[in-house]
Amino acid sequence: MKVLVAVKRVVDHNVKVRVKADESGVELANAKMSVNPFCEIAIEEAVRLKEKGVASEIIAVSVGQTQAQEQIRSALALGADRGILVETDEKAYPLQVAKILKGVAEAEGAQIILLGKQAIDDDNNQTGQMLAALMGAPQGTFASEVVVDGDSVNVTREIDGGLQTVALSLPAVITTDLRLNEPRFPKLPNIMAAKKKPLDVKTPADFGVQMGAKISTVKVAAPAERSAGVKVASVDELIDKLKNEAKVI
Amino acid sequence: MSVLVYAEHDNQELKSATLAAVTAASQIGGDVHLLVAGSGAQAVAEQAAQVAGVSKVLLADNAAFANQLAENVAPLVVELAGGYSHIIAPATTTGKNFLPRVAAVLDVNMVSDITKVIDERTFERPIYAGNATATVKNDEEKVILTVRATAFDAAATGGSASIESVAAGADAGKSRFVSEELAKSDRPELTSANIVVSGGRALASGENFTKYIEPLADKLGAAVGASRAAVDAGFVPNDMQVGQTGKIVAPNLYIAVGISGAIQHLAGMKDSKTIVAINNDPEAPIAGVADYFLEADLFSAVPELTEKL
Repeated sequence: MKVLVAVKRVVDHNVKVRVKADESGVELANAKMSVNPFCEIAIEEAVRLKEKGVASEIIAVSVGQTQAQEQIRSALALGADRGILVETDEKAYPLQVAKILKGVAEAEGAQIILLGKQAIDDDNNQTGQMLAALMGAPQGTFASEVVVDGDSVNVTREIDGGLQTVALSLPAVITTDLRLNEPRFPKLPNIMAAKKKPLDVKTPADFGVQMGAKISTVKVAAPAERSAGVKVASVDELIDKLKNEAKVI
Repeated sequence: MSVLVYAEHDNQELKSATLAAVTAASQIGGDVHLLVAGSGAQAVAEQAAQVAGVSKVLLADNAAFANQLAENVAPLVVELAGGYSHIIAPATTTGKNFLPRVAAVLDVNMVSDITKVIDERTFERPIYAGNATATVKNDEEKVILTVRATAFDAAATGGSASIESVAAGADAGKSRFVSEELAKSDRPELTSANIVVSGGRALASGENFTKYIEPLADKLGAAVGASRAAVDAGFVPNDMQVGQTGKIVAPNLYIAVGISGAIQHLAGMKDSKTIVAINNDPEAPIAGVADYFLEADLFSAVPELTEKL
């Protein structure tokens, strides 16, 4: 079966972002960009499905600017077979991304669509669920284990309070949680080979999708700073401060 | 204007995250209705009817809703959506799971994890792991939101809403509940606890969590949390993880033991009222947010603290 993996280009998770002085957004010029960590886990899971003989082909897709080709190449270096960039300079909102992914998934006949559970820039946690809804497909969100069994897939999900296992019919949408797997590092020969793998460039219009949303960002501000704390020299002093100064115990 | 709030529950008890969502709904204004979708959930509906500010409880009792599967719950909410300007769920794993599905069917974008209501269409929410706060205006035909429970006070009880049965619900036949494995704990729930004691990689083992962290938590009546490093190392189960990808907590007192304070961990706890860090590294980033920083070896400082409290 074909597996589709959605990949987002985001600011690297180790970068401490700064809010722009005019409060229009965060400063991303010259910031290091990477594959969203949850998307890396999705790629890894797809590759493992292929190694088990479950997946026949892995297609990596990204929606965004030209530079997102770098992130598709990263996915190709990790084992995806080919890439599709749906190029747009507009901000990609989850519903529009989901509509584009639906177009790609149906055109390719993908049986499993893997996404990260959330992107670490907008922290939305919506796209996978929206895609499943648009496809009329079941969803296995926050997956920590994926077992394909014939024409259904068992997904163990991380829920508040523990774990839940659900059985889903195919095609299904699965979003990855942190503990699903540990992504591998690309090897140099694979990075070279990835440059030769096919990468198609499309536009949202190819899938009949209008970008833009009726949601707008009014401003982006820095969170309130915490006032500087104090060092305490001993456990006794700590208890004294908590009782008499902070009054929390 | 009327607001539909989806109740979080386990078919027996209304969860406290629902009360925070009701508070957010009340700040938006208009009639607030609570939807209890479940199986054998009459008791939950009765608790829901007592939540102050709720004018009506809708009870959709159907075996298809027993495990809150998104494929079954979302069509119910879509069916009810016509009568509401706003649809709200707490940002729990249940709310995050089904609500985007509702939004997509209604063909609107939604706003996740709001921390403040500015007006009926304008909200604040954290982005970039809480390193920035975005003010977002939602002009979609229907306003769909998940609410960060720790950012809103719990609605009081003492209301007396009417309960109305909703005869909707069917199994969509796409998904099936197989099993559940819930971590058992007698301690307060992590996301609503007044005090949280968290341990990190420096604990070095699961046994040390039991030996050092748990007695301190029990002394304080606190919930136990953990950093991702402690979860990944297998010291504790993953539902104890505090952070961007785990639980978001904002207790009165957060005690971080042997936690360096990576951005992703801070995203889950930096709105705590008082933060204490016990760490042997004075350069650890946790020192930047801690109100009280005790530079000490946790294996001696924590037992001393437990004993002297």
